[in-house]
Amino acid sequence: MAEPSQLTQHIESFVDSSCSSTQQAASLDAIVSFVKNDVVTISSLVREMEMYLTTTDSIIRARGILLLGEALKCLSSKPLDAATIHSLMSFFKERLADWRALRGALVGCLALVKRKSGGMVTSSDAKGVAESFLQNLQVQSLGQHDRKLCFELMECLLEYYPHAVASLGDDLIYGICEAIDGEKDPQCLMLAFHIMEVLVQVFPDPCGPIESFASDLFGILSSYFPIHFTHPKAEEDVEVKRDDLSRALMLAFSSTPLFEPSVIPLLLEKLSSSLSSAKVDSLKYLSYCTSKYGAERIAKHAGVIWSSLKDAIFTSGQSFVLSLTPESLGGLGCQENEIAAEALALLEKVVIQNNDLFSSMIVGDEEINMVLNSITGCQSYNEIPLQSTQKLYSVGRILYVSVKASVASCSRIFQYFFSCLMESMGLPVVNGSGTCSFNDDCIISKRPNHGSLYLCVELLGACRDLVISSGDLASQCVSANETWCCLLQRFSTSLSKIFTSTLATSTDKPAHDADVYLGVKGLQILATFPGGYLLVSKSTCESILMTFVSIITVDFNKTLLWKLSVKALVQIGLFIHGSNESEKSMSYMDIVVQKIVSMISSDNHDIPFQLQLEAVSDIGTSGLQYMLKIVTGLQEVICANLAEVYVQGNVKSAKVIIHLLECYSNELLPWIQKYEVFDEVLLQFVVSIWNQIENCMAFPDGIFEKELLDATMKVMKLAVASCSVESQNIIIDKAYTVLSSSTFLSTKDSLSSLQAQLEELEDTQETDKFSSRDEWIHSLFTSVIIALHPQTRIPNIRTVLHFLMIVFLKGYVTAAQALGSLVNKLDLKTSGTEYSGGCTFEEAMDIIFGKNLGCSDHVPAGRSGITGYWSETGLTNLCLGAANSGLLKIHSIVGLAWIGKGLLMRGHEKVKDITIVFLECLQSNGRMGALPLEENNCNWDMRLSAMKCAADAFQVLMSDSELCLNRKFHAIIRPLYKQRFFSTIMPILQSLIIQSDSLLSRSMLYRAFANVVIGTPLIVILNDAKKLIPMVLDSLKLLSKDVLDKDIMYSLLLVLSGILTDKNGQEGVIENAHIIINYLIGFVTYPHKMLVRETTIQCLVAMSELPHTRIYPMRIQVLQAVSKALDDPKRAVRQEAVRCRQAWSVI
Amino acid sequence: MVSGLINANPVIYEKKERRVRSAPSVGDDEHAVEPIDQLEFEARFVRVFIFLTFLNHIRDIKDPEHPYSLEELKVITEDAIEVDDNHSYVRVTFTPTVEHCSMATVIGLCLRVKLMRSLPQRYKVDIRVAPGTHATESAGNHSILGWRESDVGCF
Repeated sequence: MAEPSQLTQHIESFVDSSCSSTQQAASLDAIVSFVKNDVVTISSLVREMEMYLTTTDSIIRARGILLLGEALKCLSSKPLDAATIHSLMSFFKERLADWRALRGALVGCLALVKRKSGGMVTSSDAKGVAESFLQNLQVQSLGQHDRKLCFELMECLLEYYPHAVASLGDDLIYGICEAIDGEKDPQCLMLAFHIMEVLVQVFPDPCGPIESFASDLFGILSSYFPIHFTHPKAEEDVEVKRDDLSRALMLAFSSTPLFEPSVIPLLLEKLSSSLSSAKVDSLKYLSYCTSKYGAERIAKHAGVIWSSLKDAIFTSGQSFVLSLTPESLGGLGCQENEIAAEALALLEKVVIQNNDLFSSMIVGDEEINMVLNSITGCQSYNEIPLQSTQKLYSVGRILYVSVKASVASCSRIFQYFFSCLMESMGLPVVNGSGTCSFNDDCIISKRPNHGSLYLCVELLGACRDLVISSGDLASQCVSANETWCCLLQRFSTSLSKIFTSTLATSTDKPAHDADVYLGVKGLQILATFPGGYLLVSKSTCESILMTFVSIITVDFNKTLLWKLSVKALVQIGLFIHGSNESEKSMSYMDIVVQKIVSMISSDNHDIPFQLQLEAVSDIGTSGLQYMLKIVTGLQEVICANLAEVYVQGNVKSAKVIIHLLECYSNELLPWIQKYEVFDEVLLQFVVSIWNQIENCMAFPDGIFEKELLDATMKVMKLAVASCSVESQNIIIDKAYTVLSSSTFLSTKDSLSSLQAQLEELEDTQETDKFSSRDEWIHSLFTSVIIALHPQTRIPNIRTVLHFLMIVFLKGYVTAAQALGSLVNKLDLKTSGTEYSGGCTFEEAMDIIFGKNLGCSDHVPAGRSGITGYWSETGLTNLCLGAANSGLLKIHSIVGLAWIGKGLLMRGHEKVKDITIVFLECLQSNGRMGALPLEENNCNWDMRLSAMKCAADAFQVLMSDSELCLNRKFHAIIRPLYKQRFFSTIMPILQSLIIQSDSLLSRSMLYRAFANVVIGTPLIVILNDAKKLIPMVLDSLKLLSKDVLDKDIMYSLLLVLSGILTDKNGQEGVIENAHIIINYLIGFVTYPHKMLVRETTIQCLVAMSELPHTRIYPMRIQVLQAVSKALDDPKRAVRQEAVRCRQAWSVI
Repeated sequence: MVSGLINANPVIYEKKERRVRSAPSVGDDEHAVEPIDQLEFEARFVRVFIFLTFLNHIRDIKDPEHPYSLEELKVITEDAIEVDDNHSYVRVTFTPTVEHCSMATVIGLCLRVKLMRSLPQRYKVDIRVAPGTHATESAGNHSILGWRESDVGCF
């Protein structure tokens, strides 16, 4: 049992208005937890508080009642017995009359009424509360928060106790009207609107009290429409948005059909408002009310609604513009604004609801008929005045929407207008079953006018969309002999001929663009009617496809027509693929896909090759089976051409093949990768490329082209990467077989000879080139290795490792990348005996680092402050200068960098040894640099570039590569590996830089530092910003000296600007403000790169935001420096300079 | 400070759509020179306009919700700006909204300061009131032109 004094204490501290609000909240929590844990019962709490609840001091009484109310609010799930609830309820009910202590009473009532379990308020109590509410509360005279509580209370009463409060009858409605009238606060209004909505449901009887009050209620509501905030800026602060409020009001408006006589006229009147939001709202409300009030009530207003709608669509019609881009073929032809969109949505609703009435109004509308009659006068798009076009498009949209609304409306409207149009096009609608006798000549002599074409396309489109919207509508309608189906069946062939002739007679002039667009769209719609060949015959469909194909093969000079046709074919393909119609699919395959593939392979030189490829890749995307066909076809062409290149050295074939390969890797492969069904095809392709190389023993001289090899390597990499592990196993076996047949491996077959060769390489530093064929083989082999899955088994891995080592030491970077990928993916756990030719990770590392090559002697690394030893052997040895040839050394450093990257990404420790090698490289060369006397200039240059190489090795380690070791090529990537590396290497680099005594090695260390910083995510840099900024600035200064370093300097500058603009970096920036500004001023005139100057000035702008006292002393200096940039040769720099001067001259 | 508005109801003109530079005039050539031309000058003037909107709440504009710029008031139009990069010369002609606008000099000076800040020093800046649009046209021109550099610096 809690001590009573404790409880009293808490009560006192809550009631005491001198206590802080946090204290009060804490004591409330304490009291609530007492009751929750049954330490104190509610009744004992009330007894304890008696004095506070009944005292005559109104302030204390208000606090006391509030405490009880708040406590009840927190105890909503605590079970209470009926007697307690009843007595509490009657207490709060009475207190509603006590205006001085109202808040607590409202909170208490609300808490009790809201209870859902553990004892609820009885209906009679609820009724009592409502009565007391109506008698005592003058809601509009209260403050905002109290009003909100009042509304919440009323809302709860209406929702939870509808029968109890309904018995109050007219009084209730009257009281609510009074309470709401004049409310302006958005939050209260949300509740008020909802109260209205619920109130109507409380009295469901249409002849009940609501009927007599309907006009009063609506009078209150109508004054809020349309919702419009007079202080638009305030809207952002309030929680209630305009749209929410508007929606709540809409629900209130549509709550009862009794409002209809007042609502509809009001909404129609507001349609003519100049405020566009009011128009949109009116239309939205009308749509919603239409569905709520029912067809009968709306029918009374049909005439007015139709004419207002028509006006709204016509006046907002300026937004209708035909967009003639190929992209718009798939969707709507027109852009719509919001008003027009809402109006059309409403039109669709009313047509669906009341088809007969509205259809006949549309059919009989004078304005529409006038437009229809007038269009025949103007032949081409450009002749029609702008206003008429807009009207025409508006009519088009109206017809589209009303036809699409339902089958019934389609019958009525389509039939009427379609017949008119056909007649105006010279195709008389003869009644009877006689087939239309269509004369080709008459059409060509009489080119259809733009207006008829447009309306035709809209009507056809609407019809098609209607049929698509429900499953087997087409067959139902045809069997029911609907008029529109008959019309369509009869005219589809003639129409397709009209569209075709429009395309045939059009030229590439802009005047014909609109007609071309409509012609293509019309044909596309005809070809995509669902329901097999029911509505549009097979021959028509096929002739449409043939028309498009012939445009693609012949009319490539007409850019728009060509592009639209390709797009239309893609759309048709997508439709056929999606609708599972095998017959159509077959004809598409035969007519389109087959033809396109044969176009590529037939060596057709009429069409620009680029366009052929575009058509191929676009049409491939329309369906899986088409893509399969196209990919196979393309692969055949590539292989055939490759053969020509290998055997005859055909240069022309080489050019063709490069285009083909690019198309294959850039367009088709990304699409294929999404579907994972092409494994077999890709496997065949890759294997056949290898077969070709295998079969061709001697390459003709001079056919080796770098570009061709690069393209082939790219395709090889991507194709292998998309294969499954099983296919990759086959591929790598095949590749290895071919590799062993190369002169390189076949002469010195054994492992030991490879080792010997490696040693030989070290001794002689021979960098003789490979033969053409060998180069192809090893390049493609490395591509395969790069793209393998970690699970793929590489045969004879030891030989492969040795082989790759030799190749990269000869200066082929791809081999180094392959080696990096290999060590990245090699399984750490295998024992190496699971399959023949496998090896363990340790073994591989030994091969790479050459444990078994030389003797291992230990060299202390004390100089750099790094403790520990490493074995200076093999590759390490080469890097550290055992090799006499600089070139070999550079190659080995580059190779080591990629191997290091592979290890770093998987988080292997060995990478530490590698970085130590690099650091030693940077320093040892510095040491040797001190003795230049013994060396000639050439050697000196070599050493310098070797050091640069070692510094740039850090770039390889830290940057993301597109070529290998990424997700696409299945690399193992440990999360946050960059962060880890950054935090280990940074202290070492820092201490080395400080200790470094030679200028050269210091500058190289700074370069390495810059590379690491650039590669690290900014967020990590920001944490260390304070320490890093001075070093970043120093390296910037060093980098600014050499033109060749401009790119790395720019990247580093971007890091600096990142620090400057981020909040987390501020502290360090403020501390170093002076030196930062001093350095930046130096870069304002950096001559070699515009972006450097621009970024520098942007940095200076960012600096002007710093505390005034820190930067003011620098003001004059900055202004002077920037004024030079005002006359910069580059515009962007000048713009920034103006901004910067402005920023700095106002501080 | 003059109390009340000099032009309580200014005519507001719609902003002209800004011409946009179609493509970088010189490709990626690091060392090609892009001369200062009229278009760039206008782009720079966007800032001048913004800068000058502070005048609005002193004088001409009634409704603080609609901060009109000098452009919208047609005080300055793009045709009124002449630039000659070769001769380092720029001339701006502005039109006060009403004939007796006492802010003409202030507007002129603001323009001048802004231009001096945003143009290289080699430029000669010439700011004039459009002929026939201001009661004390010659006096205004005189006073704007008559400011010495040092005075402008203090401004």
